[in-house]
Amino acid sequence: MIITTTWYLLLAAVLFSIGTTGLLVRRNPLIMFMCIELMLNAVNITFVSIGSHLNDLGGQLAVFFVLVVAAAEVVIGLALVVAIMRRRSRTNADDLKILGG
Amino acid sequence: MINLVWLIPAFPLLGFLTLICLGKSVREPIAGWLATTAIAGSFLSVLIVFIGMLLEKNENRQTVFTLFDWIPAGDFKVDIGFLADPLSITMCLFITGVGTLIHLYSIGYMHGDPDFNRFFTYLNLFAFSMLMLVLGDNLLLTFLGWEGVGACSYLLISFWFRDPANATAGKKAFITNRVGDWGFMVAMFLIFFNFGSLEYLEIFDILGSNQIAETTTTFIVLMLFVGAMGKSAQFPLYLWLPDAMAGPTPVSALIHAATMVTSGVYLLIRVNPIMVEASTWSTGLIAWVGAGTALFAASIAVAQTDIKKVLAYSTVSQLGYMVLAVGCGAYTAAIFHMITHAFFKALLFLGAGSVIHGMDGEQDLRRYGGLRSLMPITAGTFIVGWLAIAGVPPFAGFWSKDEILAFAWDKNPLLWLVGIVTALLTAFYMTRQVILTFFGKPRYLNAGDAGDAGDAGDAGDAGDAGDAGDAGDAGDAGDAGDAGDAGDAGEIHPHESPWTMTLPLVALAFLSLVGGFIQLPFSSSTKRLEHWLEPATFHNETHLHLSSSTLWILALLALVSVAIGIGVGISTYLKEKIDRQIFEKPSLVNAWYFDSAVSKFMGGSGSKAFTAVAKFDKEVIDGAVDGTGQIVKKTASILRRSQNGLVRTYALGIGIGAVGLLIWFLTRTTL
Repeated sequence: MIITTTWYLLLAAVLFSIGTTGLLVRRNPLIMFMCIELMLNAVNITFVSIGSHLNDLGGQLAVFFVLVVAAAEVVIGLALVVAIMRRRSRTNADDLKILGG
Repeated sequence: MINLVWLIPAFPLLGFLTLICLGKSVREPIAGWLATTAIAGSFLSVLIVFIGMLLEKNENRQTVFTLFDWIPAGDFKVDIGFLADPLSITMCLFITGVGTLIHLYSIGYMHGDPDFNRFFTYLNLFAFSMLMLVLGDNLLLTFLGWEGVGACSYLLISFWFRDPANATAGKKAFITNRVGDWGFMVAMFLIFFNFGSLEYLEIFDILGSNQIAETTTTFIVLMLFVGAMGKSAQFPLYLWLPDAMAGPTPVSALIHAATMVTSGVYLLIRVNPIMVEASTWSTGLIAWVGAGTALFAASIAVAQTDIKKVLAYSTVSQLGYMVLAVGCGAYTAAIFHMITHAFFKALLFLGAGSVIHGMDGEQDLRRYGGLRSLMPITAGTFIVGWLAIAGVPPFAGFWSKDEILAFAWDKNPLLWLVGIVTALLTAFYMTRQVILTFFGKPRYLNAGDAGDAGDAGDAGDAGDAGDAGDAGDAGDAGDAGDAGDAGDAGEIHPHESPWTMTLPLVALAFLSLVGGFIQLPFSSSTKRLEHWLEPATFHNETHLHLSSSTLWILALLALVSVAIGIGVGISTYLKEKIDRQIFEKPSLVNAWYFDSAVSKFMGGSGSKAFTAVAKFDKEVIDGAVDGTGQIVKKTASILRRSQNGLVRTYALGIGIGAVGLLIWFLTRTTL
C-alpha cells in the first residue's frame, strides 16, 4: 500500500477536528492550550505534505514560521494562565466571563 | 519708533492685571492713580509712535508689527499683529488722550464709592480692548477688541448692579449689540470665504488684483454695516445707548460718547477699499440710515428731561452724522467729526457729571437752574462744549459738521436738508440744556416747584412702563418730589468739583476750541487731516465737485440754521416768550414710542415666536442629533450581548466563520 499525500491530509484533517472539538468542549485552560497546539500541528502536517507533493520548499519554510509563532504564543498564553491561577485556583475558562461586555 | 506700537495696548493691560491681582488690598485713590498712570503711559507711547510716523515719508507710514502667530490652522492663519497707520494712530491718540483725562476725572467722580477699585479695573480693561480693536491688523483681532469693549460696556453700565434697572440696562446693551455682532461675524465668514484671509492689507491686495463680484462686496459691506449699527447705535439698533446712561457718568463720556460707539464708524472706514467696490445703493443706504438716525435722535433729544439722556440722544444723532459721512465716501470728514465729537461730547458728559456730582446725584434738568455762579468752571467749559456741538465757529464742531454737510449736498441735496435740520435741532436742544442747567432761577430750592417737577416726571415717564431705564428715572423724580413735599429734608447744596474733575474739563474745552484746526477747508494745505490719512484711505475718498461759492453759501446756511436754533432756544427757555410745550410733545418725550413698541413686541408676540423657535431647535434639531445617538446606543446594547466573555463561544464563532468562508470559496470556484 502506497501512502499518498491524501493520507497525510486526512490525518491532518482528523487532528484539526479533534483539536477544534477539544477547544470548544473542554474548559480547562491547559487542555484548551494543547488543543490549539494540536490544530497548529495539523496545519503544519498539511504544509509539509503539500510542500513535498509539489516539490516546493516553501511548505517546510512556512512550518518554521508557525513553530516560532506557536512557541511565542505558548509563552504568553502560559504566563496568562499562571497569572490567573495565582489569583483564583481551580478555575476554568468559563469563569473568566467577567471580562464580557 | 513705530515699532513701539505694541506698548500702546500693553500699558492698560498691565494696569488691568495689576489692579485685578491687587484686588481690594489697594486703598481708594491709589487704584485710580495706577489706572491713570497706565493709560497715560499708553498715551505717551502713542505720542512716540505718532512722532515716529510724522518723521517717515507718507508712503512709509503703514507698517504691520506682528507679535506672534495666534491661530495657525492650515490655510487659516491669524496673527496677533498691529497695523500702525495714520488711521489707527489717530484713533489711538484721542482714545488714550481723552481716556487719560477721563481716568483722572473718575478719581474725583468715583470718590467714596465702595467699588472704586473695580471701576478702574474695568476702565483699564476697556482701554486695552479698545486699543486692540483699533490696532488689530486683521478682522478677528478687531473682533476680539470689539467683543472686549462690548463686555466692558456691559460691566460698566451695570456697575451699580444692586439697582435692578442698571443691571437691566446693561443686559439690554449687551443683547442689542449681539445683533450687530452677528452681522460682523457673517461679514468675516464671507471675507474669509472670498478672500482667504482676514488681514486687512492682504484683503486690500486681493481686492486690487482679483475681480470680486460686486454682489459679494455689497453683501460684505451691508453685513459690516449691521455690525456698525449695533456698536455705533444707528437706527434701529440705537435702543441700548440711551439706557446705557445708567452707568457712572465718566463711563458715559468715555465709552458711550468718545470711543466705543465710534468703533462701528472706524470699522467701515478701515475697510474703505471694500466699500468702494460695493454697489452705490448700499453706500446710499448707509448714508440715509445715518441721516435718518441723526434727525430722529435729535428730535427726541429736544424733549428729554434727564441731563444725560439729552446727551445720549445727541450722541446717537452725532454718530448719525459720521455714518452719513461714511455713506457719502467722506472718510476724512467722518474721522474729523469723530475726533471733534470725542472732544466736545466727552466735555459735555464730564460737565454733566460735574453738575450731577455737585447736585448730589440729581439728574433732572427741571430741578437745576442758575448753577452758573455756583459752578463757574463747569459752566464755562460746558458753554464751550455747547458752542462746539451747536456748530458755532471757530469751535471744533462747526468745521467737522460743515464738511459732512458739504459732502451730503454733493451726494444728494435731500441728505443735506436732513443734516441741516438736524443741525438746527442740535443747536436748539443744547441751548435748552445749557439754559435749564446754568441760567434762570434756581429750581432746586423751592419746595413747591420741586413737587411739581416730581409730578411732571411721574406723568411723563408713566408712558414708558416697559422701559426699565425710565422706570428708574420715574422713581428718582418721584423721590425728588417727595423730598420737596416733605419740606427741606433733602436740601441740595450745589458746589464746584475738585481739581481732578475740573482739570480734564478745562483741557477738553481747550481741545473743543482748537480741535477744528486740524482740517480747515480753505486750501489744500490746510486740509492736514486729509493728507495725513491718505495712506489709510488709499485715495478712495469722494472728491467734492462744488465751487467755492457753493461751499460758502452752504456754510452760511448752516450758520443761519444754528442761529435760528439758538435763538428759538433762548426765547423759549430764557425769555420764555414761546411756550415750551410746543416742543416737548409727549411723542418726543417718549422717543416716538419706538422703544416701548419694541419692548411690547419682544414681551408679547415676539417672545412667543422665539419660544417656538427654541422649541423647534430643541425638538427637531436637537431631536435629530439625540436620535442618532439613541439609535446607536440601542443597537449597541443588543450587539454587546454577543460579547459574553466565554472564550469558547468566540472560538465557535471563529470556527463557524472559517467554515462559512470555506463554503463561500468552494461554491465560488465551482460556479
